[in-house]
Amino acid sequence: MTALRVLLTLLWAAGPSLADSPLTVVPRTAQETARIIAVTTLTRDFTKAEAFEAKPAGAATVRQRPGTDAFSQYSANMPFERQMNFNLGNALFTKSWVAAPASTLASDGLGPLFNARACQDCHLKDGRGHVPAPGETAVSLFLRLSVPGGDAPAGIKDWIATIPEPVYGGQLQNFSTPDVSAEGRMALTYTEQPVQMNGETASLRVPQYAVMKAGYAALSPAVMISPRIAPQMIGLGLLEAIAPDDILARQDPDDTDGDGISGRASIVPSAQMGQPMLGRFGLKAGSATIMDQSAAAFSGDMGLSTTLHSDPWGDCTAAQTACHAAPNGQETGLRDGLEVDRESLDLVTFYARNLAVPERRNPGDPTVLQGKRVFYDLGCTGCHTPKYVTDRLQDQPEQSFQLIWPYTDLLLHDMGPGLADHRPEGRATGQEWKTPPLWGIGLTSQVSGHTEFLHDGRARNLLEAILWHGGEAQAQRDAVAALPKPDRAALIAYLESL
Amino acid sequence: MHLSLIAAFACSAMALPVLAADPAQVAQTYVSIGAATFGDALITAKALQTAVDGLIANPSEATLATARAAWIAARPSYTQGEAFRFGNPIVDDWEGRVNAWPLDEGLIDYVDPAYGQSEENPLSTLNVVANPTFTLSGVTVDATQLTPDLISGTLQEAGGLEANVASGYHAVEFLLWGQDLNGTGPGAGNRPFTDFVQGPGCTNGNCDRRAAYLTAVTQLLVNDMAYMAAQWAPGGAAANRIIQDPNSALTAMLTGMGSLSYGELAGQRIRLGLMLNDPEEEQDCFSDNTYNSLYYDAVGIQNVYLGQYTRTDGTIISGPSLSQMVASADPSVDAKLTSDLASSVTALAVIKAAGEAGKAYDQMLAPGNSQGETVIMEAVDALVTQTASIQRAMTVLGLTEADFTVANDPAEVFQ
Repeated sequence: MTALRVLLTLLWAAGPSLADSPLTVVPRTAQETARIIAVTTLTRDFTKAEAFEAKPAGAATVRQRPGTDAFSQYSANMPFERQMNFNLGNALFTKSWVAAPASTLASDGLGPLFNARACQDCHLKDGRGHVPAPGETAVSLFLRLSVPGGDAPAGIKDWIATIPEPVYGGQLQNFSTPDVSAEGRMALTYTEQPVQMNGETASLRVPQYAVMKAGYAALSPAVMISPRIAPQMIGLGLLEAIAPDDILARQDPDDTDGDGISGRASIVPSAQMGQPMLGRFGLKAGSATIMDQSAAAFSGDMGLSTTLHSDPWGDCTAAQTACHAAPNGQETGLRDGLEVDRESLDLVTFYARNLAVPERRNPGDPTVLQGKRVFYDLGCTGCHTPKYVTDRLQDQPEQSFQLIWPYTDLLLHDMGPGLADHRPEGRATGQEWKTPPLWGIGLTSQVSGHTEFLHDGRARNLLEAILWHGGEAQAQRDAVAALPKPDRAALIAYLESL
Repeated sequence: MHLSLIAAFACSAMALPVLAADPAQVAQTYVSIGAATFGDALITAKALQTAVDGLIANPSEATLATARAAWIAARPSYTQGEAFRFGNPIVDDWEGRVNAWPLDEGLIDYVDPAYGQSEENPLSTLNVVANPTFTLSGVTVDATQLTPDLISGTLQEAGGLEANVASGYHAVEFLLWGQDLNGTGPGAGNRPFTDFVQGPGCTNGNCDRRAAYLTAVTQLLVNDMAYMAAQWAPGGAAANRIIQDPNSALTAMLTGMGSLSYGELAGQRIRLGLMLNDPEEEQDCFSDNTYNSLYYDAVGIQNVYLGQYTRTDGTIISGPSLSQMVASADPSVDAKLTSDLASSVTALAVIKAAGEAGKAYDQMLAPGNSQGETVIMEAVDALVTQTASIQRAMTVLGLTEADFTVANDPAEVFQ
C-alpha cells in the first residue's frame, strides 16, 4: 500500500483537515515517530510471542475475567477519580428508559419509535448482539433503510447520496410507545450453502431479510435494506486515539501496489466536531467519534434527544404524524431541555471509551504461533493491521500513547457480492465494509454464549466468517480453504487467542 | 479460632500505635478481617435461612417481620466485605451473584400492572413463580422444580441482560418485601405474609412456588457465602494470594478502598440516584435499607485501613495496620486519611440516622428536596476527599495506582 499522506495534507491544508484528531493531541516528536515505526513494524519471527503482544491495549489492558463480565471492565490504568464517571456511564448504559409522561422525569422520553429501551439491551454484556432464535423478536439485530437521492454533504468527495426511506426513516423500529404504531418486524430466513475445503467441508447460512407487518404505508420500491448487529464495545477509545494519518496512510484506492487490496477511508460529517472527519465507528465506519455514534444510537435506536440530535421523536419521519404528536420527555429548564442531557451523553461516551480489552491468553503457545504465521503469510494483515501506537493525549491518560493490537485498518474494503448489502452509506458502496477489530474475538463465546460474527451474525463460528470473505479478501479466503487442515486449525487457534 | 491472634494484635495495636508494621503482618490482619467479615456474612445468611424457613412453615405477620429483620441483620457484614471486592479477583468475580441490582423483579414474581413492561425483554415480566415452563432464547425451560441450580444457571442474567437478576440478597429482599410502589414518598415494599400461605388464604397465587423460590434462592445465598468464607479462611485461595505476596496485598487493600470509595459508592450508589432523581437507583430499594448498606460500605473501607473489624457478636479483630505503615512513612498523610475516613463514616451516619428516623434514602432523591440533596452530597464529597488521601497513602508507600490484578511489570508495557 502506498502513503497518500503528502497529497492529503496538500488537499486539506487550507482548513479543517482529515488529519484532525477528535481528541486533544500532544504533537508527536520525531524521536517518538521513529520509535513508533520500529515497534509497529510487523514481525517475521513466529518462534515466540512478541514483546508487548500479551497486552493488546497496552497499560489499559485488563485481566481476563472468567464469566460473562470479561468485556465490562474499565481501563486498568484509570485513576480512582475517573472510575466514578465510568460507573455513572455504566449505569446510564444499562438504564431502561420509559415512555413520557412518567413519574421519573429524568428517565422518560423513550421513542415514540424504538429498537431497545436500554443501550445494553443490544450491547449485551458489552459484547456482540445475536440473531433472534426462531420465534423470537430481534433486538440486537435491526434493519437500516434508505433510498437513493438527496445531496452529498459539502466537502466530501465520492459520497453516494441517499436519504432515509420517506415513511419509515433511517431504520426499522419494531417497537413503539402506546398510541403509536410500530414500524413492523424483520423477517429473517436462512438457506444453507455447502462449501468445500481441503480435507473438510463447511456450510454457510445465507440470510434473506424482509419487512413483515409494515405498520405504515408500503415501503418504497427503491428501499435499500442493511441488516446490522450490535458490535462488541471493547477498545473503542483506543481506536478513537489512533492518529488519523496512521489510518489514512494505509489507503490505496487504486491498488497502486498491486496487492489486490485497496482500502478507502470513510469520511463523514461529524455532529460533534462540526466538520468532515475520518469515520471509524459503525459497520461501514459511518461515525467519526464515539460521541457521534452514541448520540446517533440514542436517537435512532431509542428515540432519545441529545445535544447532537435534538429531535425528541428520533427517527420519526414527517409522514409519521402520530409519532410527532406523541408526548416527549423534554421539559424546559430540566436536563438542558433534552431527554438525555449533555452530562449524560458525556458519561456514556466516557464509558464506551474505556471498556477495556482483556489480555491475551496464550500468545506463546506453539499452535497459536503457527496460526499467527499463517495469518501473516496469507496477508490477512493487509486489512487486519496488527498494531499502532496511539496519539499522546492531553486529558485521556487511559488512551494516551499506548501500543495497541486491534487488527484493523479502520478502512472500507470491497468484500464481494456474498457479503454485500447493496446499500451504500456515505462513501462506502453496497459491497464495502469497514475492517472490524479482532481483539477480544476469542472471548465471544464466554461473554455472549455464542460465536456469531460478521455484520449480521450470519457466521456461526470464526471459520465460517473467514469463508464469507470475498472481493479484496477473496485470495485470502481461498488460501484458507486450501490450507492443510492442521494449519487451518492453527489459524483458528490464533484468532481464539486474541 | 482467632482468639490468640486477636489478643496479640489487640495489644500491639493499642499499646504501640506507631510501631512500624511490616507488610506481612498487615497482610495477615487483612486476611483475618476478611475471614471474620465473610464468616459473619455466612453466619447471618444462615440465620436468615432459619427465619425464612420459619416464615414458610408458619406464615404470619410475626414470622415475616422476623425474616425481614434477619435480612437486614445479614447486610452489615456483607457490605463491610465489599471493601475486599476491588483488588481481589475472587471477590470481584463472585459479587454479581450475590449483590446484583437493580433488577427487573417481574422476572421472579408478580408486579404491579403499572410497572413498566419491557417488550424487548419479555423476561422482565416472565414471573417464573407463576410459570413452571417458559421459553428462553427459543428453548423451552422446565422450571417445575425451583432449584438453586435453575436460579443460578438459567435465570440469572437470562438472555445476557444484567437486569435479569434472579439470585442474591436483592432477589431475597424482593420476595420478603415486594415492590416499593411509593416512589420518592415514604414507605417500603409491603408484601403481605399471606403471599406465603399454603392452600386457602394464599394471596396473589402460586404461594407454593413462591415459597419454593424463596427457599432455593436463600439456600443459594448461603452456599455463596460459604464459598467466600472458605476463600478467606486459613488456606483459602483469597487468603493465600494475599499472604504469599504481601507487597501486592498492600496495593489490593488500597485499590479496594479507593475503587469502592469513589467510583462505586460515591458514584454509582449515591450520586447517580440524585442525578436521575430516580428511586429505582437505590440499592436496597424494596426494603428501604439503603442507608444501612451505604453506611457499612464506608465502615468496611475504614476497617481495612485501621486493621480493625467488629464482628456481629461484638468481638473485635485487630492487628498491625495499613494506618501504622503509612504513619511510619509520613504521619501527616496517615492523620489526614484517618480523619477523612472518619468524616465519611460520619456523613453516612447522618443519612443512616435520617433513615432510622423514617426519612428513607429514596425520599431524599426527590427533585427539589434540597435538604436531602445537601446531606447526600456531603457524603459524596467526603468520599471524594478520602479517595485523594488514599492516593497520597499509595504514593508514600511507593505503590502505583493501577489495577494490579493484571501483572504490571513495566517491561510488559511500551512506554
